[in-house]
Amino acid sequence: MSTPAAPASPEARGRIVAAAGPVVRAAGLPRLVVGEIVRVGPSRLLGEVINLQPDAATIQVYEETAGLRIGDPVEATGAPLRAWLGPGLLGATFDGLQRPLAALAAAGAWTLAPGLEAPALDPQRRWSFTTRRRAGEEVGPGDILGVVAEGPFEHRILVPPDTSAGRLRAIETGDVTVHEEIGRLATAAGDVPLRLAHAWPVRAIRPSGGRLGAGEPLVTGQRVLDTFFPVARGGTAVVPGGFGTGKTVLEQALARWSDADVVVYVGCGERGNEMASLLSEFVELVDPRTGGPLLARSVLIANTSNMPVAAREASVQLGATIAEYFRDQGYGVALLADSTSRWAEAMREISGRLEELPGEEGFPAYLGSRLAHFYERAGRVVAQGTPERTGSLTIVGAVSPPGGDFSEPVTQASLRLAGTFWALDTELAHARHFPAIGWTQSYSLYVEPLTRWYREEVGADWDERRTEAIALLARERQLLEIVQLVGPDALPDEDRVALEAARLLREAFLQQHALDPVDAARSPRVQLAMLRAVLAARAGLGAALASGMLLEQALEAPVLQELRRAKGWSGDDVEARLTALAARLASWDRPGVGPAAGAPPGEGSAP
Amino acid sequence: MTLSVRRLRGVERLAGPLLVVRRVPGVALGEEVLVRGRGGAVRHGQVLELDAEALVVQVYEGTAALDLGSTVVELTGGPFRLGVSAQMLGRVLDGRGRPIDGGPPIVPLRSADVNGRAINPSARASPEDFIETGISAIDLLDSLVRGQKLPIFTGAGLPADELAARIATGARVLGEERFVTIFAAMGTPRRVADFFRAAFESSGSLDRVALFLNLADDPAIERLLTPRCALTLAEHLAFDLGMQVLVVMTDVTNYGEALRELATAREEVPGRRGYPGYLYTDLATLFERAGRVHGRPGSLTVLPIVTMPDDDITHPIPDLTGYITEGQIVLSRELHGRAVFPPIDALPCLSRLMNAGIGEGKTRPEHRAVADQLYALYARGRELRRLVTVIGEAALSTAERRVLAFADLFETRFVGQGATRRSLDETFALAWQVLGELPREELIRVPTDVLDRFWRPANGGAANGRAREGGP
Repeated sequence: MSTPAAPASPEARGRIVAAAGPVVRAAGLPRLVVGEIVRVGPSRLLGEVINLQPDAATIQVYEETAGLRIGDPVEATGAPLRAWLGPGLLGATFDGLQRPLAALAAAGAWTLAPGLEAPALDPQRRWSFTTRRRAGEEVGPGDILGVVAEGPFEHRILVPPDTSAGRLRAIETGDVTVHEEIGRLATAAGDVPLRLAHAWPVRAIRPSGGRLGAGEPLVTGQRVLDTFFPVARGGTAVVPGGFGTGKTVLEQALARWSDADVVVYVGCGERGNEMASLLSEFVELVDPRTGGPLLARSVLIANTSNMPVAAREASVQLGATIAEYFRDQGYGVALLADSTSRWAEAMREISGRLEELPGEEGFPAYLGSRLAHFYERAGRVVAQGTPERTGSLTIVGAVSPPGGDFSEPVTQASLRLAGTFWALDTELAHARHFPAIGWTQSYSLYVEPLTRWYREEVGADWDERRTEAIALLARERQLLEIVQLVGPDALPDEDRVALEAARLLREAFLQQHALDPVDAARSPRVQLAMLRAVLAARAGLGAALASGMLLEQALEAPVLQELRRAKGWSGDDVEARLTALAARLASWDRPGVGPAAGAPPGEGSAP
Repeated sequence: MTLSVRRLRGVERLAGPLLVVRRVPGVALGEEVLVRGRGGAVRHGQVLELDAEALVVQVYEGTAALDLGSTVVELTGGPFRLGVSAQMLGRVLDGRGRPIDGGPPIVPLRSADVNGRAINPSARASPEDFIETGISAIDLLDSLVRGQKLPIFTGAGLPADELAARIATGARVLGEERFVTIFAAMGTPRRVADFFRAAFESSGSLDRVALFLNLADDPAIERLLTPRCALTLAEHLAFDLGMQVLVVMTDVTNYGEALRELATAREEVPGRRGYPGYLYTDLATLFERAGRVHGRPGSLTVLPIVTMPDDDITHPIPDLTGYITEGQIVLSRELHGRAVFPPIDALPCLSRLMNAGIGEGKTRPEHRAVADQLYALYARGRELRRLVTVIGEAALSTAERRVLAFADLFETRFVGQGATRRSLDETFALAWQVLGELPREELIRVPTDVLDRFWRPANGGAANGRAREGGP
């Protein structure tokens, strides 16, 4: 978020009068506004004005403040905290202040010194811009001026949303840097130069042409998500979980497998080694849709837990701003924030330094409204400007509740806002059931609006199968309580079948290994075919027992073994094979089917 | 800025670890100060806050026996820096890095701000080199890799120190040099410090160890400095000199308490259980110094020991530690009671970086499958054990009884290795031995070709054949 150096006029220069941790107070700057960026001390540390009194301004400093002295200079810049938006974002890694970490590392900066400066977007790199407009045309905010090819990605260059409408005086195709002019716009307020990149205040929600309701899911490839608890494009999801429950693995699986056009991943107050692994994987992993590296559709923001705490707060807003920018181009964007708890803790720390009256557990009273402001940036919208296009921003926020206790303020405040709740369950994680999403606590408010899509695109029986499966798990829960008291043998056959079917549902359907080469992601159609097969097994088991078979015998039927191994199936015919398997599973009560089930998978005959 | 030492009088307030003195121009936030009381003994402090009239100093040794009138605060002109050099290996230092072993003074190669600087995430290399610790339960189930931070969660009276000492003296990188160890004691009883010293001595590795000792009777606030000094030396050895460095810290719980003491004295808004809201961030500034850096050969691995108060893993210190570190090794009171050493409870243990460090070309191609199989069976055995307390063992099928017996054997023979160090080969051999107690059909997580190569029935085939006896 480089801000052009302000002229050091007398009104724009003040001095430090007090300092404690990341908060300093400065006097002698009468024209400051709240939210303005200032440069603090001889190293020109970035700071933001939080509040103003007649005699002094309170500033949160985004970098390490050790070494600051009373009387050190503070410079106003006249601008709020802004993100630079334009070609070069994709594939980049930034810190919470949009400093290009990879570029800095390449230049030898292996540690981050306070006051480090580098432009977010490479000012030298030339991009090939192709205009879609002609001089003389009328254009307004959000209109697409032309495109830049970033590998396979079409980066659409927009008239910035804060620019007024006008007549294009000039617009030209050519090789330009992000800050060179590509044209000029004559507006009522005078001529405005047009460039590939523009800056936008990170705390301001970018305007759109109107909101749309939920209509399509963000397909994640994860069975428990897509089939049980789907999130809509433009929706929100929260993922709370204690440590070791697989929060980060799940977020990263979403980054890899979700069918978003652009993924913005914010590592907020999390582990440095994890970011390093993520980065190297994103370079190696192939995007199934483009054939290029996954990194080419991703923007990574890494503000690890040991980096300055105030910048952690900014990192989430930076991520949302970049995500909105791609949404405005007409893309489906997923913003993955890991973890919003660290962001909330950053607010708590700053609030404590400001000696604000604390709310619950020391968090500031405005915790809820800040979280709301963040999650409200999600949505499926008609983008501003022409040509007409829709874009979506889906937000998935991880929450790290202390002690894994979901009653804490950040989880509860997030729950009030999010449409999908993926509750990570410590017990499941300990049983190595991954993804450890608990089916009793989790919910999705998007099932209703998405059912039509699923019926049309996936299968007409989608909602019926889904309900059946969830009811089976609920039944299992009740039965297990009884088993705890009397043992499994006391149950009637029907209930013992339900228990075995539920177990199959958990093991052969819900469990999904994030690193498995074939099973890590499955299409919704394959998911439904798997679910049908599991539910068919329940019917088949029931019929087998009715025909006099013992449960122990029935469970050893090869056709069930096949079902257990179906997660390893790959190829184009998986769905067909699963459908055939489901038919055989439902009908092996007929004597003599046992031996036939020994046939190789996929060749079993349908009845 | 100021080379000459400046002296301030006019102390306005003394409270616990805090001292408030009238301000003079030019004092820097974080600057180191010296505090002299009536007797002239020097205490050390750091500037925490500056305002128009006064500055707030945290005094590492506390303010006991100081008075307002005669106390003098001397400004040193800069933050606390530690002179670091490889000469510090083989030495015993106090909690601030000064030699206390009677040896010669240390000539530093360079000096560094003990707070360190965050590693650029883009400059980090992914940790992926397996460390053979010699502990079966860790090497096979929760492998440690270079650059990882893996805490040991323990309870009062459990042998975490013994385990840490064994790891520190026994750790090898396959085919490469041994580790140097930096040991940071924070509020540790002398007995524990002596134990570590003796362990390093008897293994002949004392010349590859630097001990930073802040003992139980040393100033509490100085504990905030001790791990930072240790890590500063570790960074120098790892990233400047290219060594493989292991930092053992004990006990993080004491560190957290020192932080709470300071926060309370500053009248800060408390978070959970009175700990400051920034406990997470503060611990992260310690643990996140672990890692590897592209283009530099060394590595910094951190092994903190965390005592869970009342064995409660949800207590803020183990809880926040778990959120920062890449997994955890958890000790079990129950196993300890049954004289299993090391008493590692395999179920809640986790190594997040394990997958990157194992497998073909690193350990064994079948490593993941064997680990998953052992874990699944042991988890099932533990579940059955719980069930048995309700419905009795007679209600179990033969197959279930075998899994129950496996769980016992896994604990006593595989986890419980006593004082011996096991190579990875020995660990795998033992794993196959205990897996041999079960019929191969039940080892569903291991591929068939691996079973063909390694699985042999225990005791000449007692476990042969399919489990058909189960059920009525």
